[in-house]
Amino acid sequence: MDPLIKIENLTVAYDKVPVLENVDLEIRENDFLGVIGPNGGGKTTLLKAILGLKRPESGKIHFSKEMSGRKKPIGYLPQVRHIDRKFPITVFDVVLSGGIMQNRQNAKSIAKDKAEALLEEMGVAGIRNKAIGELSGGQMQRVFLCRALLSDPKLLILDEPDTFVDNRFEGELYEKLEKLNEELAILLVSHDVGTITSCVKSIACVNKYLHYHPSNVISQEQLANYNCPIQIISHGEIPHTVLKHHHH
Amino acid sequence: MNAIIELFSYDFFQKAFLAAVFASISCGIIGAYIVSRRIVFISGGITHASFGGIGLAFFLGFNPLLGAVLFAVLSALGIQFFTKVAEIREDSSIAIWWSLGMALGIIFVFLTPGYTPNLMSYLFGNILTVTTSELWWMFMLNSVIVLFFAVFLRKILYIAFDEEFARTAGLPVALFNYLIMVLIALTVVLNIRVVGIILILSLLTIPQATANLFTNDFKRLLVYSSLFAFVGTIAGLFISYFLNIPSGAAIIFTLVIIFGILRLVKTFV
Repeated sequence: MDPLIKIENLTVAYDKVPVLENVDLEIRENDFLGVIGPNGGGKTTLLKAILGLKRPESGKIHFSKEMSGRKKPIGYLPQVRHIDRKFPITVFDVVLSGGIMQNRQNAKSIAKDKAEALLEEMGVAGIRNKAIGELSGGQMQRVFLCRALLSDPKLLILDEPDTFVDNRFEGELYEKLEKLNEELAILLVSHDVGTITSCVKSIACVNKYLHYHPSNVISQEQLANYNCPIQIISHGEIPHTVLKHHHH
Repeated sequence: MNAIIELFSYDFFQKAFLAAVFASISCGIIGAYIVSRRIVFISGGITHASFGGIGLAFFLGFNPLLGAVLFAVLSALGIQFFTKVAEIREDSSIAIWWSLGMALGIIFVFLTPGYTPNLMSYLFGNILTVTTSELWWMFMLNSVIVLFFAVFLRKILYIAFDEEFARTAGLPVALFNYLIMVLIALTVVLNIRVVGIILILSLLTIPQATANLFTNDFKRLLVYSSLFAFVGTIAGLFISYFLNIPSGAAIIFTLVIIFGILRLVKTFV
């Protein structure tokens, strides 16, 4: 089976300053990849390159046959901090914006039914007519997750879905993602190493370069080596911090 | 009441009424978009830059609205160019075009021999002197705007709300942004005769702020903004006529009063 996405030797730069250099990565069906790294390390840039929002300096991103086309089957949940919360738009319209390009017949009514079902599933059907500015952080993330899922993606890309949310929602979110992962591949960016490693299957550490770990076990030494986030120290009690020999 | 009915028998007043209707629809819709996207300042820049075109038209002796359109579109592109290519901060490049347009306008008007009688009506507007051909242009612009927003409402909304996401969803973001920029430039220019260059920002923002008190739904915001713009413009028109004060100023004043009253009502009721 071809990987959904195969990234080869990718370099992405802003104003000629490389943010990502010589990155190789494969994303396969049913992958659940956690992307961690310090702020400014290139996590979001990697997502933007995959999503076609940022043109790479060099290198290639291959998409498998089912992933090609103008509208790729990728569901995207951007960082909510970039959302204008005063924008006059209702929750239902936000969710509907996830599936506009479907070229099926009755695309509109299909999208509406799907949006209703997703809101129901996420437990936010009651707020469908609210303005997004009225939502709590957790509700907001749920709504944006609904939007990302509307187009039946094969790959779900989430950029820090754990910002502005309480612990209870975070737990629920990761449960939901594990369930979704039975159907689709997930790429999850987080600055919080603690929570991420408990649910993902593999980890990519991004700090200009990308280091791939085929399991969700990653040691503090490894993190230190990549200059990866220090937050792990504040999560010292988490069970996954198994020390493993480092090969670099 | 009779006085009002009598007014409608006058040709100039019928035209003013139509101008008010057209201005309300175009400014209501385009203004709601501008406010939602937080591009009020860009719109202000384009508006004021168009004065340069009016001055040039006076100087060379062609239709001032044509000159205004030319400068409005040029400044819209110029702001983009300054920001993206020359890497000047966006607010600074807006201010540069804003003042450059005004400066050119003043120079051209100064160089134009003789007295330029209509100048004040471009700066401050005079809805009572709108001509039939201007009404036709306004009618056409309104048709284009209403049609465009009716057909592409969802795409416009999605792009305005979250441009990046819209790009990942395969929407033609750049094309829509460009088209709407042109519509903004045309709306500004064709409504200059109603409230004037200096006051037009108000028609693009005050009815929208009033509408925003009652809805957070984009589609409703478009409709309510047009309605509030209409009420304010008509009321201002009457006030201007009966109190014999300039129409542009009367309209803006009415719009602000309506907003203030409804804002207070909303707080206390």
